[in-house]
Amino acid sequence: MKINNTEKKATNRRKFLKLGLMSSVTVVAGTSIFSNLRSEEEKEKTITGEKVRLLTPEGKIVEVYEENINKYPEALITPIESKIGIPNRKFVMVIDLAKCKNARKCVERCQVAHKLDKHQEFIKIQLISNNEEGQPYWFPKPCFHCDEPPCVTVCPTGATFKRDDGIVLIDNTRCIGCKFCITSCPYSARQFNWGHEDKFDDKSQPYSPETGIPAAEGTVMKCDFCPDLLRQGELPHCAKSCPMGVIYFGDKNEDIVTNGEETVRFSQLINDRGGYRHLEHLGTKPNVYYLPAVNRQFPLERGFDIEEDIKERYKDVPYVQELKKQGKI
Amino acid sequence: MDVITRKKTLVKEFSPMLEKNSSLFRLWIGALVAIILVGLYAFVLQVINGHEITGMRDNVVWGIYIINFIFFVGISYSGAFIAGILHFFETPWKNSVLRIVEITTILSIIVGPIFILLCIGRLDRLHYLFIYPRIQSPITWDIIAILTDIIGCFIYLYLTFIPDLAILRDSKELKVPEWRKKLYTFLAIGYQDTPTQRKRLHKIIKTMSAMIIAMAIVAYTVLAWIFSLTLQPGWNSSIFAPYFIIAGLYSGVGVIIIAMYLIRKIFKLEKHIKKSHFIGAGIFLLVLALLFGYFTFSEYFARWFSHKTTDNQLLDTMFNNYFWEFIFANYIGVIIPIIILFFKKLRTIKLITFAAVIAVLGLWLNRYLIVVPTLETPYLPIQDTRPEFIYYTATWIEWALSFAGIAAFFLFFTLLIKFIPIIPMSGIIEQEFASRNKKDKIAENQE
Repeated sequence: MKINNTEKKATNRRKFLKLGLMSSVTVVAGTSIFSNLRSEEEKEKTITGEKVRLLTPEGKIVEVYEENINKYPEALITPIESKIGIPNRKFVMVIDLAKCKNARKCVERCQVAHKLDKHQEFIKIQLISNNEEGQPYWFPKPCFHCDEPPCVTVCPTGATFKRDDGIVLIDNTRCIGCKFCITSCPYSARQFNWGHEDKFDDKSQPYSPETGIPAAEGTVMKCDFCPDLLRQGELPHCAKSCPMGVIYFGDKNEDIVTNGEETVRFSQLINDRGGYRHLEHLGTKPNVYYLPAVNRQFPLERGFDIEEDIKERYKDVPYVQELKKQGKI
Repeated sequence: MDVITRKKTLVKEFSPMLEKNSSLFRLWIGALVAIILVGLYAFVLQVINGHEITGMRDNVVWGIYIINFIFFVGISYSGAFIAGILHFFETPWKNSVLRIVEITTILSIIVGPIFILLCIGRLDRLHYLFIYPRIQSPITWDIIAILTDIIGCFIYLYLTFIPDLAILRDSKELKVPEWRKKLYTFLAIGYQDTPTQRKRLHKIIKTMSAMIIAMAIVAYTVLAWIFSLTLQPGWNSSIFAPYFIIAGLYSGVGVIIIAMYLIRKIFKLEKHIKKSHFIGAGIFLLVLALLFGYFTFSEYFARWFSHKTTDNQLLDTMFNNYFWEFIFANYIGVIIPIIILFFKKLRTIKLITFAAVIAVLGLWLNRYLIVVPTLETPYLPIQDTRPEFIYYTATWIEWALSFAGIAAFFLFFTLLIKFIPIIPMSGIIEQEFASRNKKDKIAENQE
């Protein structure tokens, strides 16, 4: 009798353990099935719609589903496409520090295109030096679109994501504003919308992660490599607007980068000119390369032909203090 | 004396705490509610105007909200740890302080996460954390760990309440409103204090006490990882998880000592909370102060000695802009408690409590120095003209909400004490019986 009892107890315990295990498995399976179902539903939506005939640029008539037609000319692609990226591309940027004179055209053009305020800059121009002896140089800093992006790893909702073409984007309809990505980015590339602004209400252009417009309060934003322009075969705004041709942009798969004036082989440019990535030792594998500031085309002082307010930013750099003493700026 | 009469006398002893509402008590509650209301007003302002009205900006994106969050969760973690240890090893003098520890644990794990919510830019999208979870993110780990911890602590606290709830249910003389009697009956879930029930409850509580120790360690480790898994020079440190655990214990024991002191003073419980309790807790605090000082020293010494550029910049920020804060947090906050608790002569109740206050304040500042200066010193220098983007200063909104959090902690504590005696009555009885049995046995042996 006693033995029976203990056996019973043992089986009970086993049953209980089994039940616990099963229920946890069910929860996990349930969530994954649920999320799968959701994506299936989305797929189905596109199938059940009506078909429409269209004329392609090549002169062919094609039938497409109505849902796939873009009702807004500005947003070139669907949200799902914007998460996958442009097929067979691996975008890369090369910034030639020898040519930069802080003209700030890249910053200004970027601000106009992304509807940013005066102090919101997706590409910042910093004044840094490699060591105490070296003269500082102008350092344009966009988002580095890392191949091992710390921001993407830490995002709890998948609002920021890495695409197949190498671009790291933010979906501000998914972002909950926890700011963890901002603290984890070692390059301070990310910005937060701290308060409400009227421009957020401008819904004339539908939101797409590729344009980032309109921005939303309480969400994060950053440089996006202008994928809307890339889809049209154009260079990003910063590369297009630079009067010195500092910013080269291109495709690593094709091994080609261009600044709009000259087109060069990416690998050759990096090898010949000693290209490097900023803070390589952090292991984030950026997709933005720098060519060192050797044989500079402009003296540093030329970069101070800017607004007083922005000049103030660099007042703590020792070299700038020296220049001020000498009365050069 | 049989159990039933002893129960009655105990209820009589504690009934003033449960029945009476003095005018001072009402004033206290009123003041706490007022502070919370100011906090709520600040919260409404923050929701309407956005985070712009806080001191946080693009570089220092996390401010005192996160600091309060780590601080409160740390207290909770340490409470769980201590309660678990006391129960698991059946410490003889645990009874008088156990409930204080447990209530501290549960309340701080409720208040703490509220601060993290204040830090979130889009509260309306909070459910996205569950709809679109990414298990790779340490935040998701943290949510799982903290939710588990909250549930575990709740179950544990409730289990320890059951015998007392049953006693209160059975005492007809207790002058409390009808709804409270009904609530006691409901919450006591038919516990009759039979030997089998008692045995079973003991077994469950013991299992739970082991489990909440584990849960607390996991929860606080994951919280430390939120910082140490990033690449930030001040955070990316392999000792952060154990360092946080020691720091959490240090502040938690401090808060418990302060709570013991206040409760003893206000309710005149000198008979139950004795000097030996303070000395026990004080010696534990001494050990923790030494450990905490050791970890703090290791952390900063390594940074200073190896002087990587980024570490140097961080230390520059620390010593240029936060000199006195650093001295208070990491020198005074450690050395003063060590001095007080080390010398036997200085170990009076008042001085031990003073050491605890210093420890708690120092630890809060230590958290501040972990979060803010690091964010003010990124890899690429901040080149900005707007002072609020370079340095962080908390606005009144953030302070109001911080104090509201502390007030909420006190309010819940006061209300819980009104609901159930702060010294477990069942524990007192048990202890008396255990000692009597021991005496009987000794007497038998002598015969």
